[in-house]
Amino acid sequence: MQPVLKVRNVHKDFHMHILNDKTIPALEDVNFEVGLGEIIGLTGKSGSGKSSLMKCIHRTYLANSGSMEYLSSNYGTIDLVSASEHMIIRIRREEMTYCSQFLSVIPRVSAVEVVAEALENRGVDLEIAKEKAAKLIERLGLPEELWDAYPSTFSGGEQQRINVARAIISNPRFLLIDEPTASLDQKTKDVVIDLILELREKGTSVILITHDKHTLDRLADREIHLAGGKIQEPSLA
Amino acid sequence: MVMKNDLPDDHNWLLRVRGLTKIYGEPCSSTVQLTGPQFNSNICPETEAIVACAEIDFDLYPGEVLGIVGESGSGKSTVVQQLYFDLESSGGEVFFSHFDEGKTNLLEVSNQKKRYIRNHLMGMVYQNPRDGLNFSFSSGGNIAEKLIMAGNFHVGSIRERASTLLERTEVPVARMDNAPKTFSGGMQQRVQISKAIANNPPILFMDEVTTGLDVSVQAKVLDLIRHLQHDLGISMIVVSHDLAVIRMLTDRTMVLKNGRIVESGLTDQILQDPQHAYTQLLVSSLL
Repeated sequence: MQPVLKVRNVHKDFHMHILNDKTIPALEDVNFEVGLGEIIGLTGKSGSGKSSLMKCIHRTYLANSGSMEYLSSNYGTIDLVSASEHMIIRIRREEMTYCSQFLSVIPRVSAVEVVAEALENRGVDLEIAKEKAAKLIERLGLPEELWDAYPSTFSGGEQQRINVARAIISNPRFLLIDEPTASLDQKTKDVVIDLILELREKGTSVILITHDKHTLDRLADREIHLAGGKIQEPSLA
Repeated sequence: MVMKNDLPDDHNWLLRVRGLTKIYGEPCSSTVQLTGPQFNSNICPETEAIVACAEIDFDLYPGEVLGIVGESGSGKSTVVQQLYFDLESSGGEVFFSHFDEGKTNLLEVSNQKKRYIRNHLMGMVYQNPRDGLNFSFSSGGNIAEKLIMAGNFHVGSIRERASTLLERTEVPVARMDNAPKTFSGGMQQRVQISKAIANNPPILFMDEVTTGLDVSVQAKVLDLIRHLQHDLGISMIVVSHDLAVIRMLTDRTMVLKNGRIVESGLTDQILQDPQHAYTQLLVSSLL
């Protein structure tokens, strides 16, 4: 399988100037690869470094050392650790989406528009984007009376559906998805799982963080287990 | 293997700023070296000259929104005021791809050319609407002023454009002939935004545009700015001391302290993984 991402010797720690220069280690010598259309399940206890690793790939966190070679469809091979900010902005707009556990949206923008915007950003006509957004949130079971409402007022599960929809609507080349099914009922969980599997069919590579065994079993081609910021050997996982 | 960590040549910058400096008073040869965040001061100990900003370097790309944050007196407004020619710079270079293909330092062109650039190619929204609007003109008249300065003299088309812009920024068109002094603060800001985008500039500067507005009005103005950016693909530099505004509007952020950039990066990185001690303090104070 052709690797889309090669993570090599990545280290990350947080140097807290405001806490008497305390250093908090997060990741130590992390090495792995993600193939084209592969789904990696990232597991480990809370605080083991799963979200930190995902955020380093998205460049929300700056890795201290190492490299992350990403094979872009538009720009060739890029090291996500050292690439310019302008390059990262392009990659995020065109190829890589990140679905965090928490929804952060502009107040006063409707649910349909929040989701459609992610598609419109890639040059799709707004009306067509809104139609697709409506279909997607309908499939995710969001009641129609909420489509024009503002997601900041939604419940946790409703917000999560918007978050997932926003991350997948554009068929990204690479999807980073953090606990996508945590606050969903079983039926909606399965819809999310089906949607991610459909994306994989189209060639999307996925890194998934989940504590839910059912989600992991149905989705992950391979599991990477983190403990104390290090990848554990499969036999120990 | 060859790795491309920067954009290919066809993705050119819109604005390139190098060494932008503004000093008040008489500097000596060491003024810049003796001031800045490491001294926690922007006053020269030798001459008492004030370094409002120095060594400001950045590139802005088409369609990007850059935030400038920092406390009062850190130099954020000074940077955009120089870029909009409201303030004369003490040094540095500014290149703009829409003027002379980006080959000429804007700080060295004639005042006539600066006026041309300002009127045709740039827009500015100030914190205080009185700085951006003429309160003795009608709101339509304020927009007309910007259009006329860019060489549009046809009354019918000016009125039509003004009405389109007011509608776009959610100001009732029926109020077009009323003076902005009769408007609420939020409406005044929306008229200012209409005026700033009247000539479809590729770049817009926004200096603390929501400061002083109440929270619901602030949300409406932010929403309007986001929509405009989204629909027009306009590049923006947004100055704010409010990290929530920066988070909502910008792709990248520069943090200023004592007139210098102490840290710059992707906005989510600045907010979630700040590197500099001052940025860590700033972010940890976020409610």
